[in-house]
Amino acid sequence: MVDGTRELAMAAEPPRAAACRRWRRLLHRRSTVALLMCLPMILLIGGLVLYPALYALYLSMLNRRMTAFVGLGNFLFLLHRLTFQQVIFQSSLFAISAVLLKAFFGFILAHLMHNIPNRHQRIWRGLLLVPWVIPLALSTLGWWWLFDPSYSAFNYVLKDLGFTPVPWLGVAWPARLCMIAVNVWFGTSFFMIMYLAALKSVPEQLYEAAAIDGAGAIQKMLYITLPMIRNIISVTVLYSLIVTFANFDIVRILTNGGPEDSTHVFATYAFQVGIQSGDVPLGASVSLFMFPLLAVFAYFVLRNVTRRGKEMAV
Amino acid sequence: MAEVSIRKVVKVFEGNVQAVKGIDLEIADKEFVVLVGPSGCGKSTTLRMVAGLEEISSGEIWIGGDLVNDVPPRDRDIAMVFQNYALYPHMTVFENMAFGLKLRKFPKDEIRRRVDDAARMLDISALLGRKPKALSGGQRQRVAMGRAIVRNPKVFLFDEPLSNLDAKLRVAMRTEIKKVHQTIPTTTVYVTHDQVEAMTLADRVVVMNAGIIEQVGPPQELYHSPATRFVAGFIGSPAMNFLLVEMFDDGGLKMRLANGAVLPVPASRFERYAACKGRQMTLGLRPEHLTETQDVMHPGVARVDAPVDVVEPMGMETLIHFFIGSQPVCARVDPATPAHPGQNLPLAADLNQMHLIDDETGRVV
Amino acid sequence: MSAAGIATGMAVPARRPSRMERHRRWALWGSYAALALFVFVFLVPPFYVLMTSLKSDQEIAAQAGNPWFVHHPTLQNFIDLLSMPNFRGYFINSVMVALVTVAVSMVISVLAAFGLVRLGFKGSATLASGVFLTYLIPDSLLFIPLFQVIRSLGLINNVWCLALLYPTLAVPFCTWIMIGYFGSIPKELDEVALIDGAGYLRMLWSIFIPVALPGIIAATIFAFTVSWGEFLYPLAYLYSSDQKVLTVGIAGDLIRGDVFQWGKIMAGCVMAAAPPIVIYAFLMDYYIAGLTAGATKG
Repeated sequence: MVDGTRELAMAAEPPRAAACRRWRRLLHRRSTVALLMCLPMILLIGGLVLYPALYALYLSMLNRRMTAFVGLGNFLFLLHRLTFQQVIFQSSLFAISAVLLKAFFGFILAHLMHNIPNRHQRIWRGLLLVPWVIPLALSTLGWWWLFDPSYSAFNYVLKDLGFTPVPWLGVAWPARLCMIAVNVWFGTSFFMIMYLAALKSVPEQLYEAAAIDGAGAIQKMLYITLPMIRNIISVTVLYSLIVTFANFDIVRILTNGGPEDSTHVFATYAFQVGIQSGDVPLGASVSLFMFPLLAVFAYFVLRNVTRRGKEMAV
Repeated sequence: MAEVSIRKVVKVFEGNVQAVKGIDLEIADKEFVVLVGPSGCGKSTTLRMVAGLEEISSGEIWIGGDLVNDVPPRDRDIAMVFQNYALYPHMTVFENMAFGLKLRKFPKDEIRRRVDDAARMLDISALLGRKPKALSGGQRQRVAMGRAIVRNPKVFLFDEPLSNLDAKLRVAMRTEIKKVHQTIPTTTVYVTHDQVEAMTLADRVVVMNAGIIEQVGPPQELYHSPATRFVAGFIGSPAMNFLLVEMFDDGGLKMRLANGAVLPVPASRFERYAACKGRQMTLGLRPEHLTETQDVMHPGVARVDAPVDVVEPMGMETLIHFFIGSQPVCARVDPATPAHPGQNLPLAADLNQMHLIDDETGRVV
Repeated sequence: MSAAGIATGMAVPARRPSRMERHRRWALWGSYAALALFVFVFLVPPFYVLMTSLKSDQEIAAQAGNPWFVHHPTLQNFIDLLSMPNFRGYFINSVMVALVTVAVSMVISVLAAFGLVRLGFKGSATLASGVFLTYLIPDSLLFIPLFQVIRSLGLINNVWCLALLYPTLAVPFCTWIMIGYFGSIPKELDEVALIDGAGYLRMLWSIFIPVALPGIIAATIFAFTVSWGEFLYPLAYLYSSDQKVLTVGIAGDLIRGDVFQWGKIMAGCVMAAAPPIVIYAFLMDYYIAGLTAGATKG
């Protein structure tokens, strides 16, 4: 558009063509500067994100020695393996239940925090954020120690209370639940701070207006709070789904997939197949199975984000 | 010498929106010119083109004898004061004022001297160590002006500098700006949507509307002899009354109002309005020329009967609102005049001060 | 509830707390109690880690008495670890990688955010969305092709490969944070800087970076967090002790076959978790502001 006008102006007043060109060069410089500033990022993302992503597609269609093209062979092979079917099941179970629980507890926590006076919130928030601040790989080591078969401190308490000890990580189902518990422990605080920020962004006058209109606590929640923070809830949930779905640390440290490959998720299975067993193409295929799901989630996140951007612009 | 001249300047925004449609304006050295008009009239765009913040689609802008179309803002030797002050929030008042000089590599003591002088002039010497956050709106505005003053530029540009202040402060700052211009006379282009600001500050007022200049002139001229219906309606508060009239000759030029009443055109205007005979025109009459009736009716003053709709006592005067036909009319009467809604109040229209507007061209005859 | 509450509140004599007040007080104490319960549950594992780290190997192995408390506290585990050259090496590696990652990520993302949000070029809006999209790509999706990439660069089992890889995890979100902060700076500030005579880099350095300092801090903390806590990449690409970082070194080195030196592992966790905890203790508010700004501002 700008260029269009430029052209018009030049056609109308030929003697000023030179001046126009100089201006254009200046404009040009502004966007050139911008492009130069973005260049390191473009190179980094292009070289170490986009290229590997495409390369993964290529890799996943090779045979184990990477000498022959096998098309979708790796994917079909995986789908027929019981272990991999378990991986799909376990990953979905892990991600969905952990995210739902995190969202639930995070919601409760945010409301509790919102109830107490502002001046006290800082210290409570600090305490509640401890799980999220410690690097996950390290805190999972702590959990591992808590679940240790012979020394488990949980079992000490259970014995004290007269229950039988639980083989926390030694049997498939308890192990699955333990992983979910660790993830919920780790991630609930994140939901809390996102919701709390959302709750605080709702103008107090809306609640006052609703109270005058005769709304009770439940109606306020249904007609004011939830619609106002709906967007942040959905973005947080979708984002957390992606991260939880792709989680590696917890499973790797707690069980490393065991017992009998019953607790593997995509990331740990890909690691075992691709890095430890050295079947790079098959490992790449395992990782790529995550992609469609992640892409769907990412699509919804992005839609929410851009839509909110537009709403804010209006 | 820093005259500004704007020649056939056009600004087309993306989406083919023509914000400025070829305006010409010559601003003399040390002149205070105010661009005034409703929002979206192109006044801010014009100012920003002078500043170099907006590219000129076509036409030329000259500052102090130099064509500046291709000159970036920093080399135009201008200073600008923004509506939201645009103070650097992380710098103290002193640093804010010194930043432009520092970038131009002025020696330290020179910077110190200039900032101190400007601060004294604006009465902000005590604030030099503070951050903008710790200042009131009026103080921030002074700092923004100080930042412009220290540069000692060829041209000052003001973009609605008083719009964010409350009414009382606005009046005070208006005086301040006028004082600064008297102390250090510098060519100034000032943009506002407030016609009172325009009238009080300007040597010349430029009324803009829809991307064109409607009229340029000293404030009194704009007030007393507006060139177009837009200027007549825009300048003055409360706004000029516009009444549809039918011109006819009945042994003297007369106007028939929408409610059937007939007003005689003063004899002094016969010749000027002769061509309008038999046509539909718009009569423009300011509220202050529609007052309570006097005992002695001067020549050219006609009686109008007003069925009072709303009465607004302002203290030193009272505004009477009523309708003629379907058109709202406002009169300014002495507060002693007894008036209440529903009453039929006789008013005196001073037609010596009338304006007659040709509806087809929108121009004042 | 509110209408009735107000009515009774006015009717009841001033001395006794009104029904609404009592209701509020109960809600408040209930909130505190529930929060305390959550805090208790949240702090159990860190507490236990800390307790174990203070126990001697004998006390752990003896399994006598309540394991939740330390009966004969000792700093022996910490002293042993600090005197282990391997552990010191992990720490130094972690610190160096974190410093380089933070520096590289911040330079890249501040430049990119400024270019995208303030200068702009054809397609800069699309690029900004693309940046956000890459933030959603998890490390576990790309670590296998990256293995090949790193191998072809000859950086397998070289700790500096992390300084190359971590920025890919940090830059998208850091850029996103900075876009938010830069975008909220009024446009007039650029314009007045242009008139004052600043060039683009000058504008970025003298105006944007200082004004968006809270955003810079938030992004820096994020980059540090990512770099300090990442587990998958170092596990996949590093194998010898002198190249490892803390997250993988602690478990890898202290577990020899079936022998778990729990006391030392836990002491290592405490020491490795200390830097982020200290940073968050001081700069929590900035980080949370940056994190939630990304979400609430979109």
